[in-house]
Amino acid sequence: MAHAHPVKRYTGLMDWLTTVDHKKIGILYLIAGGFFFLIGGFEALLIRIQLWKPLNNFVSADTYNELLTMHGTTMIFLAAMPIIFALMNAIVPLQIGARDVAFPFVNALGFWTFLFGGLLLNVSWIAGAVPDAGWTSYLPLADPTYSPGKGVDFYVLGLQIAGIGTLVGGINFLVTIINMRAPGMSFMRMPMFTWSAFITSALILFAFPALTVGLVALMFDRLFSANFFNVSGGGNTVLWEHIFWIFGHPEVYILILPAFGIISEVISTFSRKRLFGYSSMVFATVLIGFLGFMVWAHHMFTVGLGPVANALFSIATMLIAVPTGIKIFNWIFTMWGGSIRFTAANLFAVGFVPTFVMGGVTGVMLAAAPADFQYHDSYFVVAHFHYVIVGGLVLGLFSGLHYWWPKIFGRMLSEGLGKLTFWTFYIGFHLTFFVQHFLGLLGMPRRVYTYLDGLGFNSMNLISTIGAFLMGIGTIIFIINIIVTAAKPKTASNDPWEDGRTLEWSIPSPAPEYNFLQTPLVRGYDALWKEKMDGNTGMSPAEPIGPIHMPSGSILPFIMSFGLFVAGFGFMYANNEWTGFVKEIFASHAVAGLGLGITLTCMIIRSLKDDHGFHIEPEELTKKEVKE
Amino acid sequence: MSAHSHLDGELPHEPERATLEGRNKVLGFWLFLGGETVLFGTLFSIFLALRDQVGDGNPTGQELFKLGTVAIATFILLTSSLTSVFAIQAMHRNHVKAMQGWLIITVILGLGFLGLEIYEFYEYIHEGHRFSTSAFSSSFYTLVGFHGAHVLFGIVWISLLIFQVARKGLNVVTAPKVYVAGMYWHFIDVVWVFIFTVVYLMGKVG
Ligand code: HEM
Ligand SMILES: [Cu+2]
Repeated sequence: MAHAHPVKRYTGLMDWLTTVDHKKIGILYLIAGGFFFLIGGFEALLIRIQLWKPLNNFVSADTYNELLTMHGTTMIFLAAMPIIFALMNAIVPLQIGARDVAFPFVNALGFWTFLFGGLLLNVSWIAGAVPDAGWTSYLPLADPTYSPGKGVDFYVLGLQIAGIGTLVGGINFLVTIINMRAPGMSFMRMPMFTWSAFITSALILFAFPALTVGLVALMFDRLFSANFFNVSGGGNTVLWEHIFWIFGHPEVYILILPAFGIISEVISTFSRKRLFGYSSMVFATVLIGFLGFMVWAHHMFTVGLGPVANALFSIATMLIAVPTGIKIFNWIFTMWGGSIRFTAANLFAVGFVPTFVMGGVTGVMLAAAPADFQYHDSYFVVAHFHYVIVGGLVLGLFSGLHYWWPKIFGRMLSEGLGKLTFWTFYIGFHLTFFVQHFLGLLGMPRRVYTYLDGLGFNSMNLISTIGAFLMGIGTIIFIINIIVTAAKPKTASNDPWEDGRTLEWSIPSPAPEYNFLQTPLVRGYDALWKEKMDGNTGMSPAEPIGPIHMPSGSILPFIMSFGLFVAGFGFMYANNEWTGFVKEIFASHAVAGLGLGITLTCMIIRSLKDDHGFHIEPEELTKKEVKE
Repeated sequence: MSAHSHLDGELPHEPERATLEGRNKVLGFWLFLGGETVLFGTLFSIFLALRDQVGDGNPTGQELFKLGTVAIATFILLTSSLTSVFAIQAMHRNHVKAMQGWLIITVILGLGFLGLEIYEFYEYIHEGHRFSTSAFSSSFYTLVGFHGAHVLFGIVWISLLIFQVARKGLNVVTAPKVYVAGMYWHFIDVVWVFIFTVVYLMGKVG
């Protein structure tokens, strides 16, 4: 029965293009996200070079706007989000004792649409029409009158396509966590990282559709002369701000919650203690997710919504500081009295705590509406969000990467280089952004390509630029670490940190393609730690060894996403200055139609063709296990 | 565990939930509809914010909307929701022929709705209510058009399923698909009820 359908198994490049294995998809997300992180970082360095002295002319004002826009957009949507997805893919199924995710095919689709959306956005550099209206793309700046070229079109369509990928990815994780937990893995036994992945996915589900609609409306305005944001046609520019921030504020929590999860795991492991206040951590995470939807107008205090609206949003915003504070204290109490090991992963985690507190404090300062009239659109805001995003999320991601690297790749990163990464990056980070608080308070506006001499901005900007280069060096050291490590043999044991508490440390590193030879039986929170404390060597199985069913790979997700990419181009260049045949096929929307056709055809093929998958037989399984 | 060990033999009582794959699909689809709710919620908000921005000399909703046609369309779509329920009931009783019949009727009703909508848009355009006329017209066509596109997608999808069931029969792989398509169809209906109220009835009142 099991071998009734012989299945083609791909190797090499085709394996990566067709994979539906969440662990491989995690690696793909990591590579793509890392690649965009380098691009975004490079853009940041160019920005900082431009600003190192007053009246510099390293780049033109126009180029500066492009760099600034692409830096923000790239970092948030194409670097931070995918690297979060990388860790969620690599780790969440292992933490809940699942053999696979709920929708392996959709998961692959999510990756490829993200990648093609990101590529579309960045092709703008080659096309010579780069988005330059800021990552928030405010109107009327981004409308066809003030941004006539194709630049903002790349933003609209690139993000739209990448956004679809994120949305379906989020649904996949929600269903995986709800339906695929191992026996005994109740919700209140789930590791904190899984909890944060769960809430983040819920936020994605309810926040991203708002962005989808906003981008559609902006696209219609730009491509089909609609009037959503066109004031002369009765449109309303503030409407865009509402839509963008109804999505945008939950988005910042989408970013930070996984970092909270990572920090919880790492601090607990390396303090050799149970996470302090686990249930209050869960509660705080849920509450943050919930409140995150009620505060969007704190980005719009200066728009003129009136004192009542400002007061309400001000209070709602400050409320979020409460659950956030709970978490901070829980981390401190977890470390309290623990036998702490300062591995590279833990350095990042411990460094995260005070840094993130600083970002939270400036957040609450900004939340005071009257004071925000002073801070708004100044470098103070820039300092705030870099403290929470770089000092929070990015440190969290570095921590998670150092911690889970052996589980993902089977090799331990070098601890020495890891610690060097930490110190250069950490010091560089504070040099870059600490002074920006004061630049903001002195009145330096954000998003302006230069500043005058004699305003007292000079030395702080110089320090900031030096710090940025230090962060760049930290990143390079991390890359060297990766390369050095890749040359080492795959020797990581199941539980290389020896203090692993959760299920992923009960299986080989890297995890075999079926994750768990036998589904584990979970007997408590910190499932593996509990077995260790009871004197057991590993998890007790919940089932006998039997054939394991696996989904087969498919090239369709890749082609479907490629179709969307083509369609994006088609719509964008329907209005073009070319001549002859090329002009015609674009102008008649034939290219756009072709792209959509490719995607729809793939959907139909997918619907009609059943995937029976294949089975891995017990003999094959045990043989592998022995060899390991 | 695996879907295909159930492929042959007796069909379980609720075939859409018989396998983990099926349960995943149903849950995933509920969540997807949650996202769709936000999507339409945002479209409704935009419409409400812009519906009075008609511009000088352009027809208002009050002048344009013909409640008669819209009421017929509403009636057709609501009926199609009922026929899709009959289809799922037939599926649960394992009456494959009846299920297919009801699905075909659902598709035909959906096509009828779509035809009326296209005719309606066609008339509006002749009365000077084009997509780019005003903020009102842009938000009207986007909201109602998004719904129409969903109907179209549903028609294509359910037709494909009818074809699939004819070829492969009803089993634990096809049953969740039919069930989920039924959920989708109800969702579209609910959205339409809101469009009928918010766009047309409120528009007629002014
Ligand atoms: C204690 C929690 C927080 C509070 C009270 C808070 C408050 C605020 C306020 C009031 C603003 C608007 C400032 C202005 O434009 O005048 C703001 C901006 C911002 N915040 Fe936060 N924040 C918090 C946490 C976070 C977190 C965790 C993140 C991301 C991980 C974040 C990311 C941002 C970003 C990106 C902006 C600037 C957006 C832009 O204008 O480009 N914040 N924050
Ligand atoms: Cu915010």
